[in-house]
Amino acid sequence: MNANLEIGQDNLTESGVASIVRPQEGMMVALWRRFRRHPGAMGGMIVLSLILLISILAQFSPYDPEKSNIEGRFQAPSMAHPFGTDSLGRDLLTRVLYGGRISIAVGLMVVVITLIIGVPVGAVAGHFGGWVDNVLMRITDAVLAFPPLLVLIMLSAVVRDLDLSFIENNNVVVIAVVIGILGWMTVARLVRATYLTIREVDFVTAAHSMGASTLRIMVVEILPNAIGPIIVESTLEVAWAIMTESGLSFLGFGIMPPTPSWGNLLSEAQGYMTLYPWLAIFPGLMIFFTIISINYIGDGLRDAFDPHKVIGRVK
Amino acid sequence: MTRYIIRRLVQAIPMMFLVSIVLFVLVHVTPGGPLTGLAGQRRIRPEKAAQLKRQFGLDQPITVQYLVWLVGNDWMKVDADGDGIKESYGTRTGILRGDFGISFKTRNPALVEITRRLPNTIYLMSITLLVVAIVAIPIGIISAIKQYSFFDIFVTTASFMGQAIPEFWLGLILILVFFAWLNNPITGEPLFPPGGMKTLGADFSLWDRVHHLILPVTMGMVGWVAWYSRFLRSSMLDVIHQDYIRTARAKGVAERTVQFKHALKNAAIPLVTILALDLPYIFSGSLYVEILFSWPGMGRLYYNSAVGRDYPILLAILIISAGLMILSNLLADIAYGILDPRIRYE
Repeated sequence: MNANLEIGQDNLTESGVASIVRPQEGMMVALWRRFRRHPGAMGGMIVLSLILLISILAQFSPYDPEKSNIEGRFQAPSMAHPFGTDSLGRDLLTRVLYGGRISIAVGLMVVVITLIIGVPVGAVAGHFGGWVDNVLMRITDAVLAFPPLLVLIMLSAVVRDLDLSFIENNNVVVIAVVIGILGWMTVARLVRATYLTIREVDFVTAAHSMGASTLRIMVVEILPNAIGPIIVESTLEVAWAIMTESGLSFLGFGIMPPTPSWGNLLSEAQGYMTLYPWLAIFPGLMIFFTIISINYIGDGLRDAFDPHKVIGRVK
Repeated sequence: MTRYIIRRLVQAIPMMFLVSIVLFVLVHVTPGGPLTGLAGQRRIRPEKAAQLKRQFGLDQPITVQYLVWLVGNDWMKVDADGDGIKESYGTRTGILRGDFGISFKTRNPALVEITRRLPNTIYLMSITLLVVAIVAIPIGIISAIKQYSFFDIFVTTASFMGQAIPEFWLGLILILVFFAWLNNPITGEPLFPPGGMKTLGADFSLWDRVHHLILPVTMGMVGWVAWYSRFLRSSMLDVIHQDYIRTARAKGVAERTVQFKHALKNAAIPLVTILALDLPYIFSGSLYVEILFSWPGMGRLYYNSAVGRDYPILLAILIISAGLMILSNLLADIAYGILDPRIRYE
C-alpha cells in the first residue's frame, strides 16, 4: 500500500498519469466514493431515507390509521391534518405512512423471493450448462412470455379464493410471493451470465485442482462476482415491486382495505377525487417520490459497480 | 435467412407447449383450481362442488385435464351431468383447434368475446404506439446529439420522472385536471370527456373521436415515451463513439449526414427490436387506461373477467398474448437480421 502511494507521488511529479494509480482501498470504500459523485443517487438516498424515517415514525401519529371518525370526514389539508382526511374521517397522512410501510415491506419481500428463486436457477443453469441450462432458460423464457400484470391479477384472484386457514385475506406475504413468482427471471439471467463467463477463468480452475467441491466453487468462488449486477437489479426490482403492488391494490387485487396501501388509497380516492382532490394527489406523490428515488439509487449503483471504471482490488 | 426463419418457427412450437404448461400449472396448482370462484361469492355445498368438479372434468388427473384443454375431449367419454357415470363423448375441441372454452358468465365462446373487444383495443393501442414513436424518436436523437446540453439534461430528468409516475395515478390526475378542473372557455363544458370512445348517440365526427382519444393516449404514452427516448439516446451515444463515425467525420462528411445517415441508421436497430417486443400490447391493451377511461377493449374484458372469475376468458387472453410474445421475439430477431448485415444466421 505504501509502495503504491509512493509510486503515485513519483508519477505526480513527472507526468499526468498519476490519477490512474491509487492507494488500494476496500471495495466498499471505492463503491461509496463513486456512488457519492452521482447527484441523482445522493438525492434519491436522501428522499428515500426521509420517506423511510417518517414511515417508521408513523407510530407516533396522534391518529389511528383504521378507526373512522365520521364527523371529521373530507377535511381539507390543514395544520392538524397535513394531507386532509378521507371519506371515513381518518387522517390521510397517517394512512399514507402506514400504507408506505406495507408497500415498502412488500417491495423488500419481493426482492428476497426473486433472489431465492433467481439466484439458484441462474447459478445452476450457468454452471452446469448443457441440457440443464436449456431446460431452465426455456422455463424462464416461458414465464417472460406472459404480460406480467395480467398473470398477477389472475394469480391473485386464484389465491384470494382459496379457503386456507393460514392465509388471511390481507396477507402481505401472499401478495409478495405472487409478485415474486413473476419477478425472478432477470436475476436468473444475470446470474447465469456471470457463471458462464467466470466458470472457465483461472482461479476457478485452480479451485477445481485443489479439490474444492462443486458447491463450494459455485457459492464461494463464483457467486461473489455476480454481486454487483445482483445488487443493482435488486434495487430496481424494489421499485418495480412497489409499483406492481400499488397497481394490484388499485385494481382491488392486492392489499385490501381497511389496511392501507398506496394503491388502495388511490382506489378509494377515485370516487371522491373531483370534490376532494387531496385524496388522489398525496398517495400518488408518495409512490412517485419513492420510485424515482429508488431508480436514481439504482442508476448510481450501476455506475459505481461499472467494471470498466473499477480501480483497486476486486476480490 | 428463410432456413433460419423456418428453424425458429419450429423451435417456437415446443416453446408454446412450455408456455401452455406453465400457465396451466399456475392456475391449477392451487387446491381448488378454477372452480373455487365458479359459484361467485357464495360458498358451494360439498356435494354440489363434487358434481360440478365431475362436470367440468376437474376430478381427472391434472395431466388429463391439460390434455383436454389442449386437444379437447371429443375422443373420450365424459361425465356431462356430474352423476359419476361417464355416458357420452365430450364436446370440447381444445385450444389447438381454436376452442378456448365457454365464458362462465355470458356462455359465449371465449373467442367470440375477445373478437368483439379486440378492434377497440387495436384502435387505441396502435394510435398510442404511433404517437409514442413520433414523440420519442426525435427526443432521443436530439438529446444524444446534444449530450449534456440543457435540453438533454431536461429530457433525461423528465424521462426518469416519466418512468416513476404510476400509470394509474397519472390517469387520475389527467381526469382531475382536464375533466374536473379545466373547462372549455366557450361552451363551459369540461375540457375533455372522462371516458368512452365517442359521444353516445351522436353522429360520427372525427373531432369527437380525437377528443375522446387525447386523454387515454396521453396516459398510455408517458411511460413508453420515457423508456423509448432513453433507450434511443443511449444506443445513439453508443454509436456516436464508434470508429466509423470518426472516419466519416474525418473524410469530411457533413455533420448532419453523419448524424442521420451513419449514426441514426445503426442506433435505430435496437429500437426496432424493442418496438417489435411491445407489439403484443396492441392485442392485450393497457388495463389501467381502459379501466379509468371506460374503454370497451381487451384490458377491461380481462379485468371484468378477473373480478367475475371467468377463467376461460382469462386463460384465452393469456395464452394468446404469450403466443404473440413468442412470435414478436421471432419478429425482432428477423428484423435484426435484415437491418444489421453484420448479423449472420446459420
